[in-house]
Amino acid sequence: MAGLRRVPEFLVIWVPLLIASGQIVVFTAWTTWLSFTPSTLMPTDGFVGLRNYTSVLATRNWKIAFDNLLIFGSGFVVLTMLTGLVLAVLIDQRIRGENVLRSIFLYPLAVSFVVTGTVWSWLLNPGMGIQKLVNDLGWSGFRFDWLVDRDMAIWTIVVAGIWQSSGFAMALFLAGLRSVEADLIKAAQIDGAGPWRLYTRVILPTLWPIMIAVLVILLQTAIRTFDLVRALTGGGPGIATQLPSLVVYDFMFQRGQLGRGAAAAVLLLLTLLAVLLPYAIWKRVQARRAANA
Amino acid sequence: MRSPAATLGRWAIHIAIWGLGIAYLVPLVVVVLNSLRSAEEITQTSMIGWPHIWEFSNYIQVWSTYCIAQTCSGIRPYMLNSAAVTIPATLISTLLGAVAGYAISLWRFKGDRWIFGLVTAGVFLPEQMRLIPWTIVLRDLGMTNTIAGLVMIHTIQGLSFTTLFCRNYYMAIPADLMKAAHIDGAGFFRIFWRIVLPLSPPILIVTVIWQFTHIWNEFLYGVTFTTGQQQPVTAALIALSAAVADVPQHGLQSAAVVVAALPPLLVYLFGGRYFVRGLTAGAVK
Repeated sequence: MAGLRRVPEFLVIWVPLLIASGQIVVFTAWTTWLSFTPSTLMPTDGFVGLRNYTSVLATRNWKIAFDNLLIFGSGFVVLTMLTGLVLAVLIDQRIRGENVLRSIFLYPLAVSFVVTGTVWSWLLNPGMGIQKLVNDLGWSGFRFDWLVDRDMAIWTIVVAGIWQSSGFAMALFLAGLRSVEADLIKAAQIDGAGPWRLYTRVILPTLWPIMIAVLVILLQTAIRTFDLVRALTGGGPGIATQLPSLVVYDFMFQRGQLGRGAAAAVLLLLTLLAVLLPYAIWKRVQARRAANA
Repeated sequence: MRSPAATLGRWAIHIAIWGLGIAYLVPLVVVVLNSLRSAEEITQTSMIGWPHIWEFSNYIQVWSTYCIAQTCSGIRPYMLNSAAVTIPATLISTLLGAVAGYAISLWRFKGDRWIFGLVTAGVFLPEQMRLIPWTIVLRDLGMTNTIAGLVMIHTIQGLSFTTLFCRNYYMAIPADLMKAAHIDGAGFFRIFWRIVLPLSPPILIVTVIWQFTHIWNEFLYGVTFTTGQQQPVTAALIALSAAVADVPQHGLQSAAVVVAALPPLLVYLFGGRYFVRGLTAGAVK
């Protein structure tokens, strides 16, 4: 009887957990292994050392993609956090219609990046979007053509990214603002601190653990961004808005160079780890400190 | 009594925040208005404008007769594909994640921390690392270009999120409650059924909403592993904008965008509180 009852338990608990965790280990090892093989259209055995890596790193495509990631990553993360912070502080002022406003700032998160990218590609298209509207209204010299400008096109992705993600930053910051102890605020007010000093000296410094969490999540979003670019610029004009995630896809499925694609994927993973590992270590140190205190 | 300066300040704050709120609504309003305008009207003016003639027929056409990549059956089959992928994958991954999270949090077993660490690493592992392995696995299982293949992928990968959410929630269940039930002779599933599940609705709603919106909105796997009539709606939207690049059909395209975005938006509208809780649960981990 007892033996029989163990069977479904085993199936329901262990099989999904083993498949889920095994998949992560096996797939990571698999792709990493492929990155050292001469695979092109099909996976093939053999060992070419770091050749795939050196040739990926030498392509113009990858260099532009990585530069773009630095621009997009820093622009997107900094401006999204700033926007989220401004929204959170404003909403924190006992605003009329707070719930409606919160829903408005968060709804872009429910929409797919494909939809966001498509809609913003229309708004930012100089021939039919904001520029056209302003021109038609009479200001004929008005220019807003980042979408077709090689140097500025990457910023259109930043704009759409901020619109989509700042609500997330706002929600977390607002939760942080609301959990600041009332005594702390009262003490500062008794000391004669005005609203500006109250925020910059007393309230915002308590937010920094949340800020780091938001920073890490936004950074990993930036590194993994794919759909948004695909829908908004398609990587163009030319390859001006190429990102590493698109280069991986390009190598694997457009050019049939699986080995190089895998190498690019591993480079993407390493970039991600460069962000996540320090954060994980920092979290551990924090937890240990809290346990000792 | 407030001083005039303070009153002015409060007005300024209200104007600023409501102004921003309206700005955030602009893309939605623009696309909804465009979905009701004709192609000629949009071409003559711009994407931003009020419909002169309300073209409700855009929706009928885009739903059932519009041509996407040589197939003239509208967006309907792709919406059904997305539903056929999203609904089973959401339910199965949530159910398995609840049991797995319960096992990890309340029944300590050998290696549980390792397994949990690995499963949650899946939250961060980029899709690009899994594209080739999934391609080969799908081929070997004979599931290339099938809805079932996407269901499998999203179920397995979704387990990372669902297990994480449920485990963190169940950690708060007092151990004494478990012990008492265990002494009374209740087994693994009995305790789950009688004690854990009745406490679970909040986290299950959060998990279902999270999984539903993410799987519905997913694009990369959809476009990589399916083609033509098997594609989910996100991939079809991209195919559609490529197809209309020659002859602009922005009214119809806007209608397609609105239809494709509607299910997750409705989920958000009705489950907003839980949607936000999912965001923070995923973040503060």
